[in-house]
Amino acid sequence: MLEELIVAGFGGQGVLSMGMTLAYAGMVEGKEISWMPSYGPEMRGGTANCITIISDNKISSPILSCFDTAIVLNQPSMDKFATRVKPGGLLLYESGTILRPSDRKDIAIVGIPATAEALKMKNARIMNMIILGAYLHLKPVVSLDSILEALKKVLPEKYHHLLPINEMALEKGEQLIHELEEPVMLVC
Amino acid sequence: MTETKLMKGNEALAEAAILAGCDAYFGYPITPQSEVLEYLAREMPVRGGVVLQAESEVASINMVYGAAGAGFRAMTSSSSPGISLMQECISYMAGAELPCLVVNVNRAGPGLGTIQPGQGDYFQSVKGGGHGDYKLIVLAPSSVQEMADHVFLGFDLADKYRNPVLLLSDGAIGQMMEKVQFHAYQPPRVDKSSWATIGKPKTRSRNYITSLFIQPEQMEQHNQKLEAKFRLMRENEVRFEEMNTTDAEYLFVAYGLSARICQKAMDISRAKGIKVGLLRPITLFPYPSKRLAELAPQLKLVLSVELNSGQMVEDVRLAVNGKVPVEFYGRMGGMMPTPESIAEHLETLIKYHHDN
Repeated sequence: MLEELIVAGFGGQGVLSMGMTLAYAGMVEGKEISWMPSYGPEMRGGTANCITIISDNKISSPILSCFDTAIVLNQPSMDKFATRVKPGGLLLYESGTILRPSDRKDIAIVGIPATAEALKMKNARIMNMIILGAYLHLKPVVSLDSILEALKKVLPEKYHHLLPINEMALEKGEQLIHELEEPVMLVC
Repeated sequence: MTETKLMKGNEALAEAAILAGCDAYFGYPITPQSEVLEYLAREMPVRGGVVLQAESEVASINMVYGAAGAGFRAMTSSSSPGISLMQECISYMAGAELPCLVVNVNRAGPGLGTIQPGQGDYFQSVKGGGHGDYKLIVLAPSSVQEMADHVFLGFDLADKYRNPVLLLSDGAIGQMMEKVQFHAYQPPRVDKSSWATIGKPKTRSRNYITSLFIQPEQMEQHNQKLEAKFRLMRENEVRFEEMNTTDAEYLFVAYGLSARICQKAMDISRAKGIKVGLLRPITLFPYPSKRLAELAPQLKLVLSVELNSGQMVEDVRLAVNGKVPVEFYGRMGGMMPTPESIAEHLETLIKYHHDN
């Protein structure tokens, strides 16, 4: 198993923590992992991204130019990374924020209204976990149990009372995939 | 079993410093290595040791001089512009034979440059960034695990040779998270009483730490003593990693992050039937020149891949001494070469050398 993933969006959308949660979950399952953030001024409101690799084998380059999956949470990230998804790959996006998705025909493109759903659940900050839930339903690279285990490490202890709502958000993401009008066909 | 942790390179390095028995850390914040100071400022006061944010990098390294002179395990860390500021005192420490660990999380320059990763400090690190005839042992980690491992190794080598050791990382290795394990380590008991300024008993004369030798005869004698040490380092401390060299006709030479990217480039080229291997220097001084010279006869082309304008390539050329063509590929300014672009560049060069 090798999953080469990029998560990209605005700083503050939970881009880095989504990748980090996946990386921790990979570690929980004894897999090889690498998490490479973009860092610097973009952390303060600009665009942020992180490359997360989960693999059964030792990971060579932590820096990649094309990806099995791109999760994009804003328009600039859609414009930048849609072309970098490998043919047959997955492009997952937040459909409330991104109005012009890619028109590529050789990849699966899936939009999820995660922001609106997060607001319904009265916590805008769990948007990233709704997306993560959707992603893991499409590509179960790690189990949901491992993600919950990982969240205990990613979230500081003082936020552990938020674990249940994060779990609900992950389930909501899965549910949103079920509710899609057209089923998602993934090649790889 | 040792617990596996997920950490940033900078955090793993900081944790390793504590486990390696670092007595004192002096530093000044600069991206992309500020996590080192942050981590140590949080952890060291609780677990034992001095952490001090100095007023500048110049002050930091001079505090390291003082602590090392008093016999303590001392370190500092910074990134490129800050390391430039430290060069005077690093030369003094080499001259005064003081052990310490200096960490450079390289960013792209020159000048303030950018905060993105680079390898433009290769010359500064291995050719003597400060004045005078001296060498630093230079360790180049290429993973988060090595960010930790090289701290233990670095402190031990510094004590062994009474010389500063430089850990040369880069912004990407410092910022990325990978799995890391910390193995059991007991700091060796090093008897420093013959030279350190730890208080004078009546039974011996005063220990005196200096790099000043006004008499030319004395100075040359001191130079020769230092040179003998640097010779020993060349004989005993060369470290490198080789991949796919047994049948290699082509060779990537790369260290740190570049070596990681080259591994993937190697896989891409190998899949196309190009027999390429990788030699990754782990010590940049002493350099694995001998091994490169040994490999030269079987090779048609060597490609040095660096995040700079071509610095280490000069040492590769010196090592193979004209026996095989040596080419360079790199990006600057914090831009990253992709594995695909490296593989593609190798193919272009193979064709060029075949046609000419």
